[in-house]
Amino acid sequence: MRTLIRSAAALAAAGLALTPAAAAAAPTPSPGAATVTKAGTSFLTATTITPGQPVRVAASTGDHLYWSFRAEAGQVHEVTATVSFGTARTGASTWTVDVFDGLRRRQACTAGAQTPTAAATAASVALGCTLRRVRPWAEPWSGDPLPGTYYLRLSVTDLPEPDLGLPVDVDLLVGAATGGGGSGDDGELAAPLVANTRAGTVLTAEPAPEAVAEDEVGLTGWLPEPGSRWVWTSAGGVLAAVAGVVGFALTRRARRP
Amino acid sequence: MINKRRPAAVLLGLLAATALIGPPPAAADDETAEPPAEPPKVELVLDVSGSMRARDIDGRSRIAVAQQAFNEVVDALPDGTQLGIRVLGATYRGKDKTQGCRDTQQIVPVGPVDRTQAKAAVATLRPTGFTPVGLALRSAAQDLGTGSTARRIVLITDGEDTCAPPDPCQVARELAAQGTRLVVDTLGLAPDEKVRRQLLCIAGATGGTYTAAQSADELTGRIKQLVDRARDTYTATPTVVGGSAACDDAPLLAPGVYTDREAFAEHRWYRVPVRPGQELRASVSVALDRPVNPDYGVLLRATAPDGRELVRGVDAGSGRTDVVSAGLRWSAAEEESPEPAPSGVQPARTVCLVVSNSFAPRAGTQVTPGMPVELTVDVVAASPAPDGPDLGRGWALLLLLTLAGLVTGLVAGLLTRWWVATWREN
Repeated sequence: MRTLIRSAAALAAAGLALTPAAAAAAPTPSPGAATVTKAGTSFLTATTITPGQPVRVAASTGDHLYWSFRAEAGQVHEVTATVSFGTARTGASTWTVDVFDGLRRRQACTAGAQTPTAAATAASVALGCTLRRVRPWAEPWSGDPLPGTYYLRLSVTDLPEPDLGLPVDVDLLVGAATGGGGSGDDGELAAPLVANTRAGTVLTAEPAPEAVAEDEVGLTGWLPEPGSRWVWTSAGGVLAAVAGVVGFALTRRARRP
Repeated sequence: MINKRRPAAVLLGLLAATALIGPPPAAADDETAEPPAEPPKVELVLDVSGSMRARDIDGRSRIAVAQQAFNEVVDALPDGTQLGIRVLGATYRGKDKTQGCRDTQQIVPVGPVDRTQAKAAVATLRPTGFTPVGLALRSAAQDLGTGSTARRIVLITDGEDTCAPPDPCQVARELAAQGTRLVVDTLGLAPDEKVRRQLLCIAGATGGTYTAAQSADELTGRIKQLVDRARDTYTATPTVVGGSAACDDAPLLAPGVYTDREAFAEHRWYRVPVRPGQELRASVSVALDRPVNPDYGVLLRATAPDGRELVRGVDAGSGRTDVVSAGLRWSAAEEESPEPAPSGVQPARTVCLVVSNSFAPRAGTQVTPGMPVELTVDVVAASPAPDGPDLGRGWALLLLLTLAGLVTGLVAGLLTRWWVATWREN
């Protein structure tokens, strides 16, 4: 009986995990997360943050600020940023938050004010970007979002030149909502899209041919990948069996008046 | 009935457990190479020319504000960071321009900082002479020396260079083009338009930043931030490589980060060996270190050695930016990979990468040296397309299976009833 209860609990948990998450609200900082007070200045020097970790950085107008975070398959990320101005400016400025994947490919925003314009008198400007759901696998030729590093770049793209160099405060927060399974995708990326940041070496000769690894035909090679589909299908089998017995019993009961 | 369901329940529980635990999490992949041998190095270059006497920052003189900021920075210097201080226009009181324009000294050598000595050296500074910014930058680069890691110069000035040539912006460009990675961050004290232009040009040419400091707090905060940044970012130095004009003699690259220079309308070729079953990943960033027309683009293509295009990555934009980046992934399609040789070895295929840009120089923009290119190459295991899902998922599936089971049970029950009835009659 205990096993039965436990398996039922497991099934319920699996079911809960698989129900699509409610529509993502504005991201909120995780309780207890330390505020990041740094920003990188290039892809290579981007400051690593984690979703839910608030960022507060003092910067100069015109700086290109870089952060990076890790994304897993099934997550939907929402970036919100606020740029607060301290001093008077001479004209309107347009700000942008760009998102790139681990291969520095530009990622689309599905919602949010990605390139808002702040009037000369505005005290702050809010930016936002909701990313597409990260897929577990995509063809090499596609630009779909994949697990790995994501880079954020916050900068000003258009402004009167005299306003360059003026101090601003930047607040940024990345929220991750997991609506796992909702995409219904299969497959897995062999290696996440994480840039190789080691200094490279220029080869002097073509690499020697390498022995081909024999394709190992395992006994379980034909089985589908482990995952939630096994749970669902097995549960379906159990339900079908129970329903079958119930159906059988219904016909038997009719025999006894 | 419960007895019969128990094994099924156990199986279900096991399956649920494996599914919940899931595949093991990816191992930490951010392991960097061995730690660099040298500490972060940064040099502060302070303008002590006559104009620093002006009392226009919070009612105090510019030099007093700078001295206070330097003291606080020296106090808060992170352990392990090597700091040097160089001044310009600090000693020569005369009117002779030739002599005044050679007036730059290193008052604190780059190395572990003796805080008392450094503060004493800063305290004695009095605004005096000319503003040889270009020469001071060149000397600062020499102070920092060459090495495998990035170095930072923080230039604090209130006035335009009065000694060109050498033009400071030109010097910055030269320094950036010399292999060693050098970043010049600039701070303008109450800057006017000319100073701003000049400092923006210096910062842009070396990938640094420009700040207009208007209060003592701002100045101190910013210098501290830049010194901290030197520690955080100094290890990221790519290997210098020179791409060629055609694929045949292009440099052969192993996975890693490379840097190169590419002029306007130039194509730069590189080669990467990719074995069957591997995936090529490449990304490129072209930096806009000089004024260009507002619309631009960058194209990264992977081609076979015979020139056939395999895949391309492209990005374009308009407006102010620092780099334009594109990336691509490519792995040989299954049917395309050649049959393994009888000996059981398979040679690596060579894939050519070509970087091109569509930047347009503005009138008067310098064409040489080319713009900085950062190329990242990685070769990882290919990710083959998943097979069709053989199993199902979702509430509809459960409902369908349950209904099918129920119908089967009913039919089986009715058949049994009919069969038993027939058997009894006979």
